Amino acid sequence: MSAGPASNKRYFRRLSGYYAWFCVCFAGFLLALTVLEKEGMPRLWIGHLFMFATIVLYATIGVVSRTSNVTEYYVAGRRVPALFNGMATAADWISAASFISLAGGLYLYGFDALAYIMGWTGGYCLVALLIAPYLRKFGQYTIPDYLAARYGGGAGGRGGPVRALAVGATIIVSFIYVVAQIYAVGLIASRFTGVDFSVGIFLGLASILVCSFLGGMRGITWTQVAQYIIILVAFLIPTMWLSAKHADNPLPQVAYGSVLPKLAQREAQLAADPREEAVRAQFRRQAEDYGARLAALPGSWEGGRLDAQRRLDTARLRNASLGEVRNAERALAAYPKTVEDADTLWRAQRARLLARAQPPQPHAAPFPGATEAESNARRNNFLALVFCLMFGTAALPHILMRSYTTPSVHAARGSVFWTLFFILLIYLSIPALAVLAKYDIYTSLVGSDFRSLPTWISYWANVDKINPLISVTDINGDGLVQLAEIAIDGDVLVLATPEIGGLPYVISGLVAAGGLAAALSTADGLLLAISNALSHDVYYKIVDPGASTQKRVTISKLLLLAVAFIAAYAASQKPADILSLVGAAFSLAASTLFAPLVLGVFWKRANHAGAIAGMIAGFLTCLYYMLRTNPILGGRMDAAWFDIAPMSAGIFGVPAGIAAVVLVSLLTAPPSRASDGLVDYIRAPE
Amino acid sequence: MPPESPPPPATPQDADLRRQRLVLAARALHWRRTRRLTTILLGLWLLTGFCTVYFARELAHITVFGWPLSFYMAAQGASLVCLAIIGFYAWRMHQFDAAYAQALNPAPEHAP
Repeated sequence: MSAGPASNKRYFRRLSGYYAWFCVCFAGFLLALTVLEKEGMPRLWIGHLFMFATIVLYATIGVVSRTSNVTEYYVAGRRVPALFNGMATAADWISAASFISLAGGLYLYGFDALAYIMGWTGGYCLVALLIAPYLRKFGQYTIPDYLAARYGGGAGGRGGPVRALAVGATIIVSFIYVVAQIYAVGLIASRFTGVDFSVGIFLGLASILVCSFLGGMRGITWTQVAQYIIILVAFLIPTMWLSAKHADNPLPQVAYGSVLPKLAQREAQLAADPREEAVRAQFRRQAEDYGARLAALPGSWEGGRLDAQRRLDTARLRNASLGEVRNAERALAAYPKTVEDADTLWRAQRARLLARAQPPQPHAAPFPGATEAESNARRNNFLALVFCLMFGTAALPHILMRSYTTPSVHAARGSVFWTLFFILLIYLSIPALAVLAKYDIYTSLVGSDFRSLPTWISYWANVDKINPLISVTDINGDGLVQLAEIAIDGDVLVLATPEIGGLPYVISGLVAAGGLAAALSTADGLLLAISNALSHDVYYKIVDPGASTQKRVTISKLLLLAVAFIAAYAASQKPADILSLVGAAFSLAASTLFAPLVLGVFWKRANHAGAIAGMIAGFLTCLYYMLRTNPILGGRMDAAWFDIAPMSAGIFGVPAGIAAVVLVSLLTAPPSRASDGLVDYIRAPE
Repeated sequence: MPPESPPPPATPQDADLRRQRLVLAARALHWRRTRRLTTILLGLWLLTGFCTVYFARELAHITVFGWPLSFYMAAQGASLVCLAIIGFYAWRMHQFDAAYAQALNPAPEHAP
């Protein structure tokens, strides 16, 4: 498989040529659409064109790079140049959450959300220094491959048990994650083309499948490079526009430093504004009202139900307008069915109202808190979250298996560098976008007249009628928009930025295409990680070691199809519970896989029993803490240790995993000579 | 590509033994250097990340070009330090690899 440096260089030049052409065509496509929009093409068509054109593009790349060769299918022939491998890994990494939700999170939570920026970039130090070069030197196909070869054990010393555990961890972590991506695909597709949510999911699924089904790793690598370019352009254009508008400097990463003090000034002004205070006082009163009803349970529940019934009856009796009767019916239908329901619902309402009654927190202030202890708890949670995201990054199978696709160990190290470089091009502008959009909304929307609200507000308010993405209501009745009267969902921020900045609709379509590319590229990588684990590790290595290469690839493709449909089905059920667990995937991955991966290289004494104990102990500790504290899984935050949030369970899981590997390895017999030799081989340079 | 087996068993010939010792010594040196570099760089990584967060409230009073220092470090600085660490590691490891190859094949011609 090894090609000479001269042919590598030629290959690199050819690829660069292709992608240069792609960029030119892409720019031409954007220009043409801009002209067409000026000529009066309807918005919906632009949305359709973007969806259609990008999906055709991904499908074409998939068809061109179709393969049934094992090495091509699993590891793209091990000849992806470091720069392109970095770009593809960056697209693999930048998920729907990074592209769509992260800027919104920063907008809403300020400094606290920077934990994601730090965690999701800092983890690459661990990947580069501790894992990637060694995996490349080992040079097989999957992560369980490496663990099984290193630790051995099981029947015939082939490492069956270790492999099975690693496969289990890979599947659990990747599946939670892929469902969230497919969910995002459905959401974006349905918002921008007007199709039904489930239709959107299956449209997205089709484009995922053409490239990964036909081309495996090779197909998705080349698709992901194209997707990265789309993501980058889609993110930078609106951000640069806002930056030029508010800071007179088109480089958002540099410019927003000058906007931050202005934003802080405006925040202080708004916090002290008496009209803002009046709106907040209203929220506080409503919250107290809920508090009183909660205190009077169960009597207040009974009374409220009779009240709602009576209101409906009177509306019917006096022949009120249809709308009024409907409203009364709806109020009765939405009324909590039992006292317990009322308790949880009213508690949630009260919490929401109390949150809205808070004055705005300064965006750049780290860990604001009423007391020293509260502030410290926020700092500790920030640290724990950063820790989990970093170690989770270094243990996510779909990222690690990228180390196998480079031509050499040196290229694997370079590839991690390029990965982080390309990720940072976007991640460094995410906080900038949040600050710029916040400043825009605080200065131009707040204080404006209700009769002249910008059109994007009504557009986005009507996308989802039940849980509006944005709502602006005149609560104190003075006809002016107050900050406290705006309720905005974090997810809408990036998608609405072009309209907030007053850009043409083409850019909105581009941003949607970017979000779609981010979700699709990550879903591609994850699906491949799952199906490879099943086909290579379970089928080929455990069930039928004599399978021909042709059969292995076919099985893998069939499994990919099956997994994709299961994931799409799960996503089409709109599983709110799974979505909130995505952050937990990082903790689970870190707790289960990090210790055996790293100790396998750096500590020769680590053995089979130790690896098994480490994976089980890490996983169980992490799971136990989540079950204990996550309200969705039936836990209570009162039971938390050191006030650490359930999402950051990895802070206990990782040390537990490492301790278990060390202890059990020391208590059992040292590993065999063969494993010693393997470690020596992995450590030695090429 | 199956993993290469550990160095072949010693043969009575002196040349082979010498060669084997040379390889082992070069590997050991390479691994010592790698380990030291990894430790130092990981220490730097840990220090940047931890200090940025732990002392964020104290650092917030220092302003750099409009940014409070803690905000800048968390939003950009720590990530850029990471990029520098990875870049330096790749460059330095490449040098170690070259030194290893040099130690095994001092002559410009390729030895078998």
